Amino acid sequence: MNRPGAMINIPSIISISFRALRVNKMRSALTMLGIIIGVGAVIAMIAVGTAASNKISEFISSIGSNILMVLPGSTSAGGVRMGAGTQSTLTLSDAEAVQRECPAVAQVAPVLSGVAQVVYGSQNWSTGITGTTPNMFTARDWKIASGRAFIGQEVRSAAKVCLLGQTVVDNLFGALDPVGQVIRIKNVPFTVVGVLEAKGQDPGGHDQDDVVFVPVTTAQKKLFGTAFPGMIRIMYVQARGIEDMDAAERQITDLLKQRHHIGPNQDNDFTVRNLTQILQAREESANMMTILLGAIASVSLLVGGIGIMNIMLVSVTERTREIGIRMAVGAKTWDIRLQFIIEALILSLIGGVSGIVIGVSGSKLLSALAGWDTIVSPFAIILAFGFAGFVGIFFGFYPAYKASNLNPIDALRFE
Amino acid sequence: MALIEAVDITKTYRLGEIAVNALSNVSLSIEKGEFIAIMGPSGSGKSTFMNILGCLDRPTEGKYILEGTDVARMGRDELATIRNKKIGFVFQGFNLLPRTSALENVELPMLYDGVPAKERRRHASEALARVGLAGREHHHPNQLSGGQQQRVAIARAMVNKAPIILADEPTGNLDTKTSVEIMDLFVSLNQESQITVIIVTHEKDIAEYSKRRIYFRDGVVVGDESAGRHD
Repeated sequence: MNRPGAMINIPSIISISFRALRVNKMRSALTMLGIIIGVGAVIAMIAVGTAASNKISEFISSIGSNILMVLPGSTSAGGVRMGAGTQSTLTLSDAEAVQRECPAVAQVAPVLSGVAQVVYGSQNWSTGITGTTPNMFTARDWKIASGRAFIGQEVRSAAKVCLLGQTVVDNLFGALDPVGQVIRIKNVPFTVVGVLEAKGQDPGGHDQDDVVFVPVTTAQKKLFGTAFPGMIRIMYVQARGIEDMDAAERQITDLLKQRHHIGPNQDNDFTVRNLTQILQAREESANMMTILLGAIASVSLLVGGIGIMNIMLVSVTERTREIGIRMAVGAKTWDIRLQFIIEALILSLIGGVSGIVIGVSGSKLLSALAGWDTIVSPFAIILAFGFAGFVGIFFGFYPAYKASNLNPIDALRFE
Repeated sequence: MALIEAVDITKTYRLGEIAVNALSNVSLSIEKGEFIAIMGPSGSGKSTFMNILGCLDRPTEGKYILEGTDVARMGRDELATIRNKKIGFVFQGFNLLPRTSALENVELPMLYDGVPAKERRRHASEALARVGLAGREHHHPNQLSGGQQQRVAIARAMVNKAPIILADEPTGNLDTKTSVEIMDLFVSLNQESQITVIIVTHEKDIAEYSKRRIYFRDGVVVGDESAGRHD
């Protein structure tokens, strides 16, 4: 009788809430359903979106960081303008000049590419041949899996050496070690000096590993006889840093204008593309998509929360007499209030956990059945679970407030 | 000092413009260990007085001194604590929680008093044994007869060692034989545990069990006689 009972006893109220929910199993389960679907949808949607934007960022890192592309410009013949690259205007000496004279540029990799048949023993494979310099591998952060990259000396002497992408190795050599073997490209023998690490597909679905790299000079002289000596198709330029990209673009434009004798009122015969910028924009739009999908799914979570509030409000009326009994035996305002809040919280948290299970397995199912990539991020799980908890407290409060304000006498007499 | 001291209690209900006095200047004194029947026709104010005694309602005017403390001006939560510790209720309609075992029903007052689970269970089992329901701890109200349900309610009323049990028509829903059993239980609680029992009834047979009868009519006490077969 002298027990200091004025304090609210949380463990007791939690057990009261659990009992009340257990007594109404069916109603509790149905109430949870809204939250389960909401949380599950949020997690699955974010998993799909995250996978999409991750794919793009993977590709961004696969092309290397701070990359600009210089393409030969469009030509116009009698007013008909052709696409970029229709005229070959870039040369190896342009590339060397950019490397030498643009302070914002870290390195330049010229590219002269074409498609050719590659033969090893009885196997043959048609693939892209890229003539370039060793800078290509450092600029694109492309590691050598075995052997070595070709060196500057081999570029200068137009040596008949090559590096193979993983796909080419798989198709020509199978399990054999290609390093040191000789393959024939357009009937010219090339010694394989190294194999590149696999990079996977680009967002367009193009296999980046289906490639053979040879020195750019060799490509010019032995493989793709060019209209005029020293011609190249593209320049990959790596700026010194992300903040130097604009400066590099300006410096390259000025230099090439000067070298190609282009006056102020003439169209450039080349194009500089900021590849990183373009891809970052795509990544941003993919992130946007993730947010959008998450937001749509959150609406269902909100609807689930309103469902909880509806059921709790109905149950306050239905349980008026129960509330009266509790008040008669000594339940205080906050005892009743907490009971209803905790009931709502338990519903939403159990619903949240079930939703996580369903969301995660749903994502896996989506990957397996629809072939979509999904990445379940811990962030999405925390977000969905936290939101479920918030929904429980928020939508549990009004019914709880209503219940606690009942008059005990009226509540006891309620039929 | 009296256990209960009601001084000039007036309860006024406002119905629009008209003020109705459900109780007018009721003064009463109840000692510890009394067994009282409150009688009167419906509308006499006996239920209103009962609600005030039970701290379910507050008087408009007057003092209600319970164990030396005026509870008439206490707030909701203070009254809840008083009900929890000092008053056990027994209702005509039993008022047990449905789909909840007898044991859990009896544990209810202790839940709001912060009694640890183990102790709660032990006290509740003891209380159920005391009212003759040992072995029925896990029955739900719908598996119990009316008399048994009322016993659960009595166990709940006494489990917190409340000094007062207020019973509002406790036998109103029971047959004569069961009514006798329930009333005998009240008598034994009164005699063995010195619990003050206050019963509201309109049945003369039930009132016969009491040692003192208080009659209400039109919101005032019209009779207060000490008598009965236990004296």
